[in-house]
Amino acid sequence: MSSQAHEHQPLGGRVLTLPFLICAALVAVAGVILFQRYTQGLGAVSNLNDGYPWGIWVAIDVVIGSAFGCAGYVIALLCYILNRGEYHPLVRPAVLASLFGYGLAGLAVLVDLGRYWNFYHMMLPWYAQPNSVMLEVGLCVATYTLVLVVEFAPAFLERFGIEGLRAKLNKVLWVFIALGVLLPTMHQSSLGTMMVIVGHKLSPLWQSQMLPVFFLLTAILMGFAIVVWESVMASLNFRRPMETPVLSKLAGLMLVVASLFVVLRFVDLIVRGQIGQIFGGPQSGWFVVEMVLMISGLALLIPKANRNRSRALFLSASLLLAAGILYRLNVYLIGFTPAVGPWHYFPSVKEIMVTVGVFALEIALYLLFVKKLPVMHAVHPEHG
Amino acid sequence: MSKSMMSKNMMSKSKTSVSRRGFLRNAVKGSAAAAAAACTTVVAAPPEANALVRPPKPLPPDAVGLLYDSTLCIGCKACVTACKEVNHMPPDVGPAQQGWNAGGGNKPIYDSPVELSARTLNVIKAYSHGTGATKDAAENGFAFIKRQCLHCADPSCVSVCPVSAMTKDAKTGIVNHDPSACIGCRYCVLSCPFGVPKYDYNDAFGEIKKCQLCKQQLAKNELPGCADVCPTGATLFGRTEDLKAEAKRRTALKVGEYAHFPRGDIAGKVGGPRDGHEKLVEAAYQTHIYGEKELGGTQCLAVSAVPFDKLNLPTNVPENGYPTLSEGIQHTLYAGMIAPATVFAGLAYLAHRNTKNHTDE
Repeated sequence: MSSQAHEHQPLGGRVLTLPFLICAALVAVAGVILFQRYTQGLGAVSNLNDGYPWGIWVAIDVVIGSAFGCAGYVIALLCYILNRGEYHPLVRPAVLASLFGYGLAGLAVLVDLGRYWNFYHMMLPWYAQPNSVMLEVGLCVATYTLVLVVEFAPAFLERFGIEGLRAKLNKVLWVFIALGVLLPTMHQSSLGTMMVIVGHKLSPLWQSQMLPVFFLLTAILMGFAIVVWESVMASLNFRRPMETPVLSKLAGLMLVVASLFVVLRFVDLIVRGQIGQIFGGPQSGWFVVEMVLMISGLALLIPKANRNRSRALFLSASLLLAAGILYRLNVYLIGFTPAVGPWHYFPSVKEIMVTVGVFALEIALYLLFVKKLPVMHAVHPEHG
Repeated sequence: MSKSMMSKNMMSKSKTSVSRRGFLRNAVKGSAAAAAAACTTVVAAPPEANALVRPPKPLPPDAVGLLYDSTLCIGCKACVTACKEVNHMPPDVGPAQQGWNAGGGNKPIYDSPVELSARTLNVIKAYSHGTGATKDAAENGFAFIKRQCLHCADPSCVSVCPVSAMTKDAKTGIVNHDPSACIGCRYCVLSCPFGVPKYDYNDAFGEIKKCQLCKQQLAKNELPGCADVCPTGATLFGRTEDLKAEAKRRTALKVGEYAHFPRGDIAGKVGGPRDGHEKLVEAAYQTHIYGEKELGGTQCLAVSAVPFDKLNLPTNVPENGYPTLSEGIQHTLYAGMIAPATVFAGLAYLAHRNTKNHTDE
């Protein structure tokens, strides 16, 4: 057991580095803006309005942020459900990224809720409204965040030498791993279902009964992409050897999921008779950008040799992430037109700074945790 | 779809002879075919045969509402004022309508809403075209439209609310909002196909506001504020079924005919009996009764001489409410929580088996 415990090591090094301090400063700026938000209302800091009641705090912080948090979901799926042990070194960094992705998405919800002091009504059965897709998403996300805490707990327990509890937890961890795969499958698809009810207000380029399928596919795709992206970034910034053999396998999976997404998008448009919307329909430019990003990202991965090149991998992962981000932004904001207009929305500077602060907090905490806790796989001399 | 991919993955896992590339190729082909088939079934199937669509909800038999007749409306906005008084709503003062001595302790009092908001539950809006000379003419004319909650048969706001703050009364069909339950997520604002519920963004403790058909007045057998004060009967209260029959009578009227138009409650009960009036039909009614079929039907209806798309109402909408689609998906996937439970059992089995091989974590 003790030899196993040394598989992961804290990276060590200074905590107060320049990137960390920049992130901390951005978090402080967001904090000041949030003080104004809580004392004067949402309108004082944001451009949210009755035509666009959901802005970037929902579309980016929650809908896109939680997709960033799907790293833990896809790696747990590969490693423990499909029993692909080779992905094991990626588990802890991925679970940590997910923990912050989801934790901060939850935090962003509390920023956005207009009557946040009542948020706990979501957990009380006598308030529950079972037809609400949001109730399902909310409960799933809340439970999943707890599951992620449990999934990450071994790193904590290992660091502080609480071996007894760690051994006990290991015996039941499979329950949490199963939940950790089930819950994101449910709520990530439901994030798509959430927009089905807006009906004609969402452009036919995106409005479809297939929204849950597309959201699940982008969640999986973005989960893979963020693992690759993060892994390349970590090896560059912390001067660690590249995990290329594992990443090239992930690249193959990204290719499959991205291709499936593109094929289904077109099948869906054709079946719904909306394929003509691609040519000059409203917001069709955004559809084209979304597809160009997605197709160029997957095209890079078609030559097998590229899947072993860290630059190609990084570029492809970046393109696919951008495609996933834009798809979700299109569904939640860009493709949306209010019922009785005209209404306009573009996020205010303060709104953007809150979103930046949320992501800065995520990065700062990630840097802190990988340095202080056994998250990253120990580097063996033969690899270096 | 990814589930088919997952199961595909699992199956090929057990067959060790299948090469990785072969597995990937098969996975792509298999899941693409399965997904395309599923996609076709989901999107192209007629509603009654589609498992992902739930049946529409009928109106309660005693549902009540309003009939707004744009040709009778003179744009006096007495209904806007009465609505504010009866519901104790603050004035909504635009920057151009401040009193000449506003400021310095003088409160602006000139209520001049142009759109529904957290301060305005009912508003009269105008359409104008060209010279704007003729009332109820689409060309070179003008027309009024009253905007307030239509009280849908199958309301999106009720379907989306996670904490049952939006509810539909089983008897009257009135869509109510309870701010003490509300978490302020504004999903109702987002989802309403008619753009009705509003949130107060300028209040740190803002509430969702929408017309509740003056349920407090109805409880006292008094009319909703707007119908109570309307001088021409342009806003008429009644059972939706009665209002629908009245709307059909009006849309069948010919230009140049004299017709009788009731005021207050069409049945003459709520708020006591009132006199109607005889009036010459001057503009031809559209045959379209707004709210009769839109999105599963609404309890508040409108008739007009100007097409409703010109009055800025959503017209190109389905005949079933959008909850039939979203709830259809949810009810199928989560029926009795059987599917999630089954998936969980499978995942738990695999996780249990596979974590034995991983001593760490």
